Amino acid sequence: MKVVVCLKQVPATTEVKVDPQTNTIIREGVKSIINPLDTYALEEGVRLKERCGGKVTALSMGPPQAEEMLREAISLGADEAVLLCDKAFAGADTWATAYTLAAAIGKLGEYDLVICGRQTLDGDTGQVGPQLAEILGVAFIAYVSKIEEIAEDRLRVRRMIEEGYEVIEAALPAVITVVKEINTPRLPSLRGLARAKGAAIPVWTAGELGLDPKLVGLSGSFTRVIRVFSPQRTSRGEIFQGELEDQVEGLINKLKEAGAI
Amino acid sequence: MEGESYRGIWVFAEQRQGKLKDVAYELLAKGRELADSLKTELSAVCLGHGIDGVNELIAHGADKVYLVDSPDLADNQEDLYTRKLVELIQRYKPEIVLAGATAFGRAVIPRVAAILKTGLTADCTGLEIDADSRLLVQTKPAFGGNVMAVITCPVGRPQMATVRPRVFRKNQPDRARKGEIVKVDFDRQGVTSRTRLLQFVEDITETVRIEEADIIVAGGRGLGSGKNFDLLRELASVLGAAVAASRPAVDEGWVPYSHQVGQTGKTVCPKLYFAIGISGAVQHLVGMQTSDIIVAINDDPNAPIFEVATYGIVGDLFKVVPLLIDKLKRR
Repeated sequence: MKVVVCLKQVPATTEVKVDPQTNTIIREGVKSIINPLDTYALEEGVRLKERCGGKVTALSMGPPQAEEMLREAISLGADEAVLLCDKAFAGADTWATAYTLAAAIGKLGEYDLVICGRQTLDGDTGQVGPQLAEILGVAFIAYVSKIEEIAEDRLRVRRMIEEGYEVIEAALPAVITVVKEINTPRLPSLRGLARAKGAAIPVWTAGELGLDPKLVGLSGSFTRVIRVFSPQRTSRGEIFQGELEDQVEGLINKLKEAGAI
Repeated sequence: MEGESYRGIWVFAEQRQGKLKDVAYELLAKGRELADSLKTELSAVCLGHGIDGVNELIAHGADKVYLVDSPDLADNQEDLYTRKLVELIQRYKPEIVLAGATAFGRAVIPRVAAILKTGLTADCTGLEIDADSRLLVQTKPAFGGNVMAVITCPVGRPQMATVRPRVFRKNQPDRARKGEIVKVDFDRQGVTSRTRLLQFVEDITETVRIEEADIIVAGGRGLGSGKNFDLLRELASVLGAAVAASRPAVDEGWVPYSHQVGQTGKTVCPKLYFAIGISGAVQHLVGMQTSDIIVAINDDPNAPIFEVATYGIVGDLFKVVPLLIDKLKRR
C-alpha cells in the first residue's frame, strides 16, 4: 500500500491580526504547526501501512521552513517526505496548489491512496482534496470517518453527510479527505524522533516538477484576494441588571414582545 | 475578453432522495439580487430522479430551471453529477455559479471548478456585484472567522462560489411567478462512476434537526458535564427547541457531533438562539451570529458572546436556567 499524505504548515493559532497599513496578515512571531486536521490524515496513512505494509510519503508545498513540519511527520510515522518549494509557488489558490501537488504525486510514481485533511485552519476551503483528485483523474471521497476495508484495487469507507453517514466503495487509486472522528493521532516515538533528525528531505522546485512557472503560484491561480480585514463586532445587545429573578423576567418579556416565544 | 460570452447566474439546486434542500432557495434569493443588478437571468440547475416541487425553484426566484431527471442520478453519485454539471456549464455558459457548501456540494463543486479551470471561493458570507467590472465580489471568513478575505475571479468563467446553508435567507415563495423548465437528457454512455454507494445510515440521535429549528438552546464548556445538558434539554422541551453545542462540549463527548454549531460544525440561523455557558470563540460565532435573536447566559461579563448577543444575563447558568424554565412553565 503506497500512501501519500498531503500536509500544510499553518500558524499555530487562528487569532491572527490584519496589518491595517499593508492589508496583509501579520505572521511575525506566530508559531507554525501541522494543520491540525492534516494530523488525522497522517495518522490514518501510518495505520494503513502498519496494517497492510507499504510506505507513507508526506508531501507539502510551502516555504523552506515547512521542512520542520515534514520532519515532525517523519517522527509521527511517515517513511519519507518531500517539500515542494519555489518562489514561483507563492500565492497559490486551491487550483494552483492542487495542480502542483498532482505534479509531485506524478513524479513520486505509483500510489494507491492520497489522504488529505478535510480543510485547513487558515484558508478554510476544503477544496484542495477534491481538486487534486480531479487533476489526477482518480476517485474521490470527502469526509471519511472510517476506512472499513481496503484491498489491492478498492476501498470501502464511511463518509459523513448531514443526515448521517454513507458507506461508499471506490476504485483505487483514490483521494480521500478525512474528518477528526477517524482516529486519535499518536505522539512522536523516540525512534521516530531519531529517524526524523537524520532524514534527508528532498526539495522539489517548479523546474524539477517540469511545471511552467506561469501555471503555478499566484500567476496560475484563478482567484485573487483583493483585500483582507478583521471583522468588527460591536455590542448591540442589552444586558439585564438587578435581581436575577427580575433579569429573567425582563428577558422573557422581551422575547414575548418580539414574538420569539 | 473571454468573460463576454458568459451570461446569467446559476444556482445548483441540490436535492437528496428527490427532496430539494433549503439552501437552494436561500441561494436563489441572493442570486435574484445579483441577477437584477447585472440585468441578467437567474437559473436553477437541478439533477436527480423524481424530484419533488421543481416549480418551487421558480416561486423562489428562478427564471429558468434546467432539469436533468434520470434513474442514474438517484444515488447522488458524485462522478456523474460532476461530469453533467461541467457539460451543462460548457453548453450554456453562465457567468456565475452558486452552490451550497454541503457535504455533497463541497465534494462536487471543487471538482467542477477544477475541470473548467476557473476560480472557486468556499463558504462565502457576502456576495455582491462590482458595477464597473461585472465581477462577483466574494467575502469569506478565513482563520476560523478571525479574518475576512475579499476575493474575485477576474479571468476564469464561470465565477464560482459555495455558501453554507442558513447564511442567506430565502424569500417568501411567489407561486404566481412564471418561469421556464428546460428538460435536459442524461446519457450515461461514456461516463463511469469510480465510487459506488453501498448503504446510507441515517443519524437517528437527532429528534429536531438543528438546521431546521426555530429555537435553539446551545451549551458549551460552562455546562461542565454531559449530564448537565439535561438542564438544557428541559429548557428546550419547554420552548419546543433543538439542543446544540459548541465544539468544546462535543470534543468532551457530552453531545454528538451532529449537534455542533460553528466553523467545523453546522451554521444555523434560528429565530432565537440561546448560548448558555458558551464563551463565544469566533469559531462558534461564525456558525450562529446571523440568528434573529441571540440570548447569552454566562458568568463572565467579558465573554465575547456578549458582543453578538441581543440580550444577555451575566450570572451562574445553574441558577439562571432553572429560573427560566420555572417562569416559562408558569406562563
